[in-house]
Amino acid sequence: MSTIETPKIKLTGVKKAFGNNHILRGVDLEVPAGKSLVVIGGSGTGKSVTLKCILGLLKPDAGTIEIDGQDITNISAKERDQLMLKFGMLFQGAALFDSIKIWENVAFGLIQGRRMNRKEAREIAIAKIKAVGLKPEVADLYPAELSGGMQKRVGLARAVATSPEIIFFDEPTTGLDPIMADVINNLIVEQVKEIGATALSITHDMGSVRKIADYVAMIHEGQIIWHGSVEELDNSGNEYIEQFIHGRADGPITRRVA
Amino acid sequence: MTAHSNQNQKPSLNIFQMVGAALLNLFEKTGAITRFIGLSLYHIVTPTYFPSQLWRQLKDIGYYSLPVVGMTALFTGMVLALQSYTGFTRFNAEGAVASVVVLSVTRELAPVLAGLMVAGRVGASIAAEIGTMRVTEQIDALTTLSVNPYKYLIAPRVLAGAITLPILVLIGDIIGVYGGYIVSVYKLGFNPNNYISQTWDILESMDVISGLVKAGAFGFIVSIMGCYHGYNSGRGAQGVGNATTNAVVSASILILIFNYLLTQVFFS
Ligand SMILES: Nc1ncnc2c1ncn2[C@@H]1O[C@H](COP(=O)(O)OP(=O)(O)OP(=O)(O)O)[C@@H](O)[C@H]1O
Ligand SMILES: [Mg+2]
Repeated sequence: MSTIETPKIKLTGVKKAFGNNHILRGVDLEVPAGKSLVVIGGSGTGKSVTLKCILGLLKPDAGTIEIDGQDITNISAKERDQLMLKFGMLFQGAALFDSIKIWENVAFGLIQGRRMNRKEAREIAIAKIKAVGLKPEVADLYPAELSGGMQKRVGLARAVATSPEIIFFDEPTTGLDPIMADVINNLIVEQVKEIGATALSITHDMGSVRKIADYVAMIHEGQIIWHGSVEELDNSGNEYIEQFIHGRADGPITRRVA
Repeated sequence: MTAHSNQNQKPSLNIFQMVGAALLNLFEKTGAITRFIGLSLYHIVTPTYFPSQLWRQLKDIGYYSLPVVGMTALFTGMVLALQSYTGFTRFNAEGAVASVVVLSVTRELAPVLAGLMVAGRVGASIAAEIGTMRVTEQIDALTTLSVNPYKYLIAPRVLAGAITLPILVLIGDIIGVYGGYIVSVYKLGFNPNNYISQTWDILESMDVISGLVKAGAFGFIVSIMGCYHGYNSGRGAQGVGNATTNAVVSASILILIFNYLLTQVFFS
C-alpha cells in the first residue's frame, strides 16, 4: 500500500482511550488519493472512533493524523472549519436532522455550509435522493417518517451532496436489502471512480468489501493487524482475516463475553 | 471535541460524599461553563449568522411563552392586591395597595416569576432538543457539514432568550398591574381613577428598567444553561433526561442568586 505520492489520509500511532477503556492502541493507516480503503473488524473494536478522530469529532490521545501531508491533530478551529469543506461523512446511525425535511437535510451542507441558494440546492438534493434509490416524493417528508434503511440512504445522499474530496462511510449498507445494498455499493464506486474522491469506509458486509474496496485493512484490539489490496484478501494467509471473512466462531479472534 | 460530562453517574447515597461531590462538581463546572459562555458570546458576534434559526427561536422562546407568563403575571397581580389589602387594613393603610402592586410586580415578581416559568418551559426544551441532537450525533453531523454548532444551535437560542424575556416581562408588568387593578376596583371597591393615579405617582422608570435588565439576565441564564447541559449531555435517554433536569435546576438557582445580586446593585 506504499505510494510515492503523499497519501490523502495518513494515521500514525493514533491512540484513543475513554477513561480506562483503551480503544485505539496505535492505529497506522494510509489511504492513497482517489482510492477506496475499507476497514473491517469486529463490533466495538473502534472503527467508528477511528473515523471520528480523523474528522476531529474526537481528539486522539496520541499519534498524528495527516490530510494531504498536513498534520491536522492540532490545527485551529478556523483551519478545521476550512478542512471540513473537503469532507463528507455518513454516520452509522444516519444522524439526520429531525426538525427539517429530507431535502433540506440533503441540501444542508450546500445551503448552510456553502450558502448556495435554496432553489439550486433543492435540485441537487432531489438528484441525490434519486441516486440513492429513493422516490423524489420523500423530499418533503421528515426523517421520522422514513424507515431505518431509507434514513441511511438519505444520510448517504447528504454525505455526497457537496461532492467532497474525501468521504467517510460508516457501514453504508447495514440495514439494507441485498438489492439496495448493491445500488449503494455502485454509488460509492461511482463517487470514487468517476469523481475521483478518496473513500474510507467501514463495513461488516464482505460483498460490499469486494465491490467497493481497492484496499482493505483489518482492525483488532485497537491496531491494524493486516492490510493489503482487495485481491490479496482471499489468500492473505492471515488467520484473523480468514476467520473474519468466513465468519467462523472459532479462531484467533475470541469474543470477550462481558 | 467536547469532553462529555458525567451526567450518567448515579448519585451516591452517602451524605458527605453527596455534598463533597456536589461542591467539586460545581468548581469543576464553573470553568467549563465560563468557557462555554465565552465561546457562545464569541460566536454570537462573529459571522456566519443564521437569521432563520434566530427567528425560529424568537418564536419558540418568546411568543409561545406568552400565555404562561401572562397567566402568571395576571394572578400574581390579583393575589398581591388581595393580600396587601387584607394586610394593610390592619394599619388603616389600604391606600398603599396600588403602590405595593406596581412596585412588587415591576421590580421583583414579574422578572423572577417569568424567569422561573421560562426556565421550566424553555430551559427544559432547549436541553432536551440539543441533548437529543448530541446523543444521535446530529451535532457531529453539523460539524461535518461545515456548520459550526455554536453558531447554528447555541447563538440563536442564547440571543433569543436574552432578547425575548425583557419583552415578556414588560407585557407581564402591564398584565400584572392590570390584575391588581381588577381586584382592587371590582372586588375591593377602590376608585378606579385614584388607583391609576396612585400607580403612576409611585412608579419610577428605574423600577421598570431594573426589572427588564433582570429579565435580560434571566433569559440569558435560562438559555445558556439549557444549551450547556444539552450540548454536554451524557449518552442515551438517561443522559438527556439528566441534562434536562440539570438545566432547569441550575437555571432556577442562578436566577434566584442573580436576582439578589442585581437587586443589590440597583437599589443600594
Ligand atoms: N463517546 C464515547 N464515550 C465513551 N466510550 C465510547 C465513546 N464512543 C465510543 N466508545 C466506546 O468505544 C468502543 C468502540 O466504539 P466504536 O463505535 O468505534 O465501535 P465500532 O468498531 O464502530 O463497532 P460497530 O461495528 O459495532 O459499529 C466501544 O466500546 C464504545 O463503547
Ligand atoms: Mg461503528
